[in-house]
Amino acid sequence: MTVNVSWYLTLAAVLFTIGAVGMLVRRNILVMFMCIELMLNAANLTFVSFSRELNDVGGQVAVFFVLIVAAAEVVVGLAIIVSIYRRHVGATADDQHLLKG
Amino acid sequence: MIHAAFLIPLFPLVGFLILAPFGRRIGNPIAGWIATLMVLASFVVTVLVFAGVAGEPVASRLHVENWFTWLNSGQLSIGVGIQVDPLSLTMAMFITGISTLIHCYSVGYMKLDEQFSKFFVYLNLFVFSMLMLVLGENLVITFLGWEGVGVCSYFLIAFWFTRPSAASAGKKAMIYNRVGDGGFLLALFLLIDKLHSLTFTTIFSHLSQLSPTDLTAVSLLLFVGAVGKSAQLPLFPWLADAMEGPTPVSALIHAATMVTAGVYLMCRVNPILHLVPNAGHLIAWIGVATAFIAATIGCAQTDIKKVLAYSTVSQLGYMFLAVGCGAYDAAIFLMLTHAFYKALLFLASGSVIHAMDDEQDIKNMGALRRAMPLTSATFFIGWLSIAGIPPFSGFWAKGDVLSNAWVVSPALWAVGAVTAILTAYYMGRQYLLVFLGEPRWKKAGAGSLHPHDASWQMSMPLVVLAVLASFGGLINLPFGPHLTFLESWLAPVVGSGLLHNTDSTLQLWMFGVADAVFAIGGATIALSLWRNVVNRPALEPQFLFMAWFLDASIDRFIARPSSALALFSARVVDRQVIDGAVNGVAGLFKVSAGRLRRLQTGYVRTYALVIISGLVIMVAYFMIRSGL
Repeated sequence: MTVNVSWYLTLAAVLFTIGAVGMLVRRNILVMFMCIELMLNAANLTFVSFSRELNDVGGQVAVFFVLIVAAAEVVVGLAIIVSIYRRHVGATADDQHLLKG
Repeated sequence: MIHAAFLIPLFPLVGFLILAPFGRRIGNPIAGWIATLMVLASFVVTVLVFAGVAGEPVASRLHVENWFTWLNSGQLSIGVGIQVDPLSLTMAMFITGISTLIHCYSVGYMKLDEQFSKFFVYLNLFVFSMLMLVLGENLVITFLGWEGVGVCSYFLIAFWFTRPSAASAGKKAMIYNRVGDGGFLLALFLLIDKLHSLTFTTIFSHLSQLSPTDLTAVSLLLFVGAVGKSAQLPLFPWLADAMEGPTPVSALIHAATMVTAGVYLMCRVNPILHLVPNAGHLIAWIGVATAFIAATIGCAQTDIKKVLAYSTVSQLGYMFLAVGCGAYDAAIFLMLTHAFYKALLFLASGSVIHAMDDEQDIKNMGALRRAMPLTSATFFIGWLSIAGIPPFSGFWAKGDVLSNAWVVSPALWAVGAVTAILTAYYMGRQYLLVFLGEPRWKKAGAGSLHPHDASWQMSMPLVVLAVLASFGGLINLPFGPHLTFLESWLAPVVGSGLLHNTDSTLQLWMFGVADAVFAIGGATIALSLWRNVVNRPALEPQFLFMAWFLDASIDRFIARPSSALALFSARVVDRQVIDGAVNGVAGLFKVSAGRLRRLQTGYVRTYALVIISGLVIMVAYFMIRSGL
């Protein structure tokens, strides 16, 4: 049994789904944040798989961009999350609803 | 000397520019004398220019000076400049001459007024505007002068603006004149559209390009303008109210000069009128109807100035009668002599008002002849002159108008003749009530009243005008071509359109005798009726006192519906329709936004769900499209 590209794609889809569902159902901000990372990496896995399958380095270049954006996002996002927890210990995502119309 | 013509309007303008900022500091009476001097200088220049032009051959008496181009737009080019020709010079000369006298008179009349210098600011601005009106080389300059004199008229009628009646009289004059100005403007637009020029010389040399309809429209629209400015039917009520202004203003603006601007305009465009005989008939009939109606109203007025105001309207009607008959020289002749005797009558009545401590009701006067011999004598000359008693100036001028009217239509002549009798009658009534009979002011007022002739500043103009009113007829005696100076002088301007009056010597004498009989008859009736009687209710019916209810009718049928319409627009159209539309749009957005804002829950998971739903839909779409 060979491990062809569809295995990787299936894995990526499963990871993405776990991330998306986690994003929707969890309230803990940190967990939601990790779910976002999970989705990003699912996308990265897809990029790499196709890059290899199609023999095109473009997909791997895109992964670098995603990684850099994710790193920047972690820096900003974690800072926000820490400041939220400082203000309100045990806060959930639903406590932050200032954008309610 | 013709090149000095630019100085004619310049002097009053300089006077205005000096007095407007510094008049108050210069003070009383120097400011008045400066204004008088400026107008006098203008008069001297006019006389010199007149001498220069008169020395030239008849064919080359038209000079157009274009100073600069004001605006260029497509084919239309409007310049600023003046046209010096016999007509404009005649006008300029009598305007500056009469203005000088009235300025001098005003120095005495306004002596005690707190706004002394402001009065002369307006007067100088008025003279400047009036001179631009008559000297302008195109209709735009004329129109600017036309509006300028209108504004000055407004300022001066409402000069004592703290009196509500003066303030509203000023507004009334302004609004009535706007009606006429509308016609004037439309005529200008039509000419721009058809001829692309408003210069008089260009218009008159291109008249063949205008269709008969256009010619009729232009002449009638210009006539509408003239009706407004010169207080003809149905736009004359403003002139009676204009008497709220100081008496020198009534004399200068509302008798001698400004109100004759309409007659001037008609004479100026005589080549157009000449091509539209029907418009001429209309003008003649409106003129003679105005003359008659105003004369009947004059018979029943009790305010010394209102009698003169309606008499002015009546005399202006005669001028339009002459214009309508094509006798432009007769119109100008009457305009000149009217300026002399009407200015005289107004100034004399101003002198009376001054002496009577601002009393204007002729029923409260009487027997002033002894107290004010000079005023009485000059007023008497004014009466004889306006009545048309030979050999005073009015006799010759009115006779000229009436004999021309006879040639066009005996009916016109008949109405004019009846008006002549009425004129002699109502002016006689006024003279008798003011200067003869019982001294009713002794009973009516406080005993401290000592009427006397006014200071020399006020008396001198009276004497000069009395001389002019007596001998003004000399400028145009109907005895052969060598004596009709005015007619020959104006011939280059109005000659082409002139009615050719082929009176024989016999007819001439018959008309003369008839006119004299009318005048003497009217005066005799006045003498027999008003010698010692103050009140004759049968001869002063309410209908005439209220000016045929014209003012009241205009108020009832035009002013009030218009006010109602304006209020309706303000309260209903503006508040409900326009504001309603604006508020409705705002309300619509407010309601829809109120609904839509509920979509924004503020929960991160909601936004995530929407994004993921979108993702799912997109994936589903691509999968279906690729046939999976």
